[in-house]
Amino acid sequence: MANFTKATSIYDWLNQRLAIEKVEKVLGSEYWIPKNINFLWAMGMILVVTFVLLLVSGIFLLMYYQPNVDTAFDSVNFTIMREVGYGWLWRHVHGVAASVVFLIIYIHMFTGIYYGSYKKGREMIWISGMLLFVAFSAEAFSGYMLPWGQMSYWAGMVITNLFAGGSLHADGLVEWIRGDYVPAQAFLTRFFMLHVLLVPLAIIGLIGLHFGALRIPHVNNLDGEEIDFEAESKKYLAGDKAGSKVIRFSNDFMSKDMMVVGFYLVFFFYLVFYHYGFAMDPVNFDPADGLKTPAHIYPEWYFLWSYEILRPFSTDIGLMAFAFSQVIFVALPFLDRSPNAVPASRRGLFKYWFWAMLIDMIALTAMGKLPPEGAFSTIGFVAAVVFIGLWIALPIITYFEKKV
Amino acid sequence: MKELFILGVVTVFTLVTYYLVEPFAHHTLHKHVESEAFAYNDLSAITKVGDAARGEELVMGAGACTGCHSINAVGISAPMDAVSSAAAYGVNPPDLSNAGVVYDEKFLNALIKNPAHALAVEHKFDANIGEMHPMIPFYGAGGDIDQEVADMVTYLQSISVSSEDLTPAMAFENACGRCHGLKYNQWTQIGNKGSFKHKRDELSFDIQVLDYKDSLKAYMGKLPPDLSMYIRSRGEHYISTFVENPQNYFEGTSMPRVGVSADTAEKVIEYLKDAGDTKRDEREETGKYVMIYIIIFAIFSVLWKKQVWRDLH
Repeated sequence: MANFTKATSIYDWLNQRLAIEKVEKVLGSEYWIPKNINFLWAMGMILVVTFVLLLVSGIFLLMYYQPNVDTAFDSVNFTIMREVGYGWLWRHVHGVAASVVFLIIYIHMFTGIYYGSYKKGREMIWISGMLLFVAFSAEAFSGYMLPWGQMSYWAGMVITNLFAGGSLHADGLVEWIRGDYVPAQAFLTRFFMLHVLLVPLAIIGLIGLHFGALRIPHVNNLDGEEIDFEAESKKYLAGDKAGSKVIRFSNDFMSKDMMVVGFYLVFFFYLVFYHYGFAMDPVNFDPADGLKTPAHIYPEWYFLWSYEILRPFSTDIGLMAFAFSQVIFVALPFLDRSPNAVPASRRGLFKYWFWAMLIDMIALTAMGKLPPEGAFSTIGFVAAVVFIGLWIALPIITYFEKKV
Repeated sequence: MKELFILGVVTVFTLVTYYLVEPFAHHTLHKHVESEAFAYNDLSAITKVGDAARGEELVMGAGACTGCHSINAVGISAPMDAVSSAAAYGVNPPDLSNAGVVYDEKFLNALIKNPAHALAVEHKFDANIGEMHPMIPFYGAGGDIDQEVADMVTYLQSISVSSEDLTPAMAFENACGRCHGLKYNQWTQIGNKGSFKHKRDELSFDIQVLDYKDSLKAYMGKLPPDLSMYIRSRGEHYISTFVENPQNYFEGTSMPRVGVSADTAEKVIEYLKDAGDTKRDEREETGKYVMIYIIIFAIFSVLWKKQVWRDLH
């Protein structure tokens, strides 16, 4: 047993038992981050802050929400929006954060792609990040079911139908997922469970994995430079803070993170109070009605690109293309054959690949919402083919990439 | 400077995406109908100067209005209760106490002469094939029909409350509330539900509402929707232009053109906001304080960063 002495302070008492001094060093003051980074490196902290906003607002909403097909709509739109003090605020924070979190996730993802932060030992950071993306997608979809409005019901109908697998006609699987022939009480209760328990648990676990995956390869930097963290941190601790290439996580990196978070929160609360409509589809303010299909059914904006990959093809090919688009990002570290872990701007054809992918996904997103008619249908089809083509081309163009 | 450039790139891509999935997509997905400011240009204006006293005689006498309508303001009650009226006519005929202020003058003029035309439901009620609108047109009392109708309209206007005294609830109940329920404000098609001491009385009220809804459903083809959340699901512009003439959106719909004045329409919208967006003032107020707080937070976060990074550069 360890030797305990009479504590001189509460800090000392805790330190003897929990080694808080050591923990603080490992997690904060001696967790070394490269200095050569820009504000895009703060997206992780923004995601943490947004996740906390979602968690806290979600806890308050959970106190009044009723997962029952007869009362769910009214518990949201009457009880929470009218009766509960500041219930409307929690709902708008939750709804806007659920939409904005995906904007930040996409910025975070494309930052990683641009700077090659998924290469040379950082593969697990990328893979755990993509698992988080999947978990957040499940969380967003299950949450969208809960107000039990028209879009909840019909999006639930359309998405669960995908599991029939087209010509495979796995209708039994669809019924098993729904717990009924159509979305009804069993469906609502299980998606409620997924939204408030199982998926959040998975997200919290994956966040732990994502952070853990960062420790050994360290955070990437603007030039993809391999830094000797040992030597540079010694230099820092010896007093040469300006000359060292690394900084402490706290408070050095943290202060920059919080500055970006400060700007972000101004933007976020502006949306919450003055521009929340984009995150709360008007159609979902009509109660669910299984006998009345809405004129247009579309997912929230962050799923539109993959929805548009599904749509322009015949059923079976569409489903295969959709499945491809859902998993292919995970394989990015292995499809990129180039050894260069530098920004895309210094990487031959990959530079064009990056911008083509970004623009193609925006085109898919736009077409995913519009009715599949005329020119929109053609643009959507071309963009979907380009998306698949770009992924097929990736190993080839990166294989021939010159070493920098 | 480089960071600002990168921020610019991120912002441009974000805004382009936003523009495409929000304003552009909505513009493409939804039909846009311009407001005609409730002018009812297809209906002719009243050319004669009405006489309220003669109008009263016509309304009570030759016009036979009180055969179906109540005018509570002058002590004339309805011949039948709401449920029986709906069973007879399909929908309960409105009380005329405030018709003169709720409805547009041109509309009332046209309505008395030819209800199906004024209500824009001629596709449904065509006298030639024996489908009469339940409200019988006024064929005149022997004199100049234009003068007679002008007299009746003037009379209705003379007994109405002034437009300042017309509350949003009155506007809604008169113009919309006999077909549309609004449960978040306890409004049913036969009136405010209120609270009941005895369960038995509540059930008896509910049964009346159900009976009324059955008649209404048979008359309209489907039960008109509850309007509790319409301000969020449809928005102000849509509701206003839809009420102006439902045929502009759904050709052949059985919802009539209600013929409200621009002022009444505004009050109906306000009432719908009081149902589906009750916290709008609190939102504005709270928003201000939160924005001030968060801007101060952002300023302090910049100062903190500057202080910490002074030694790092």
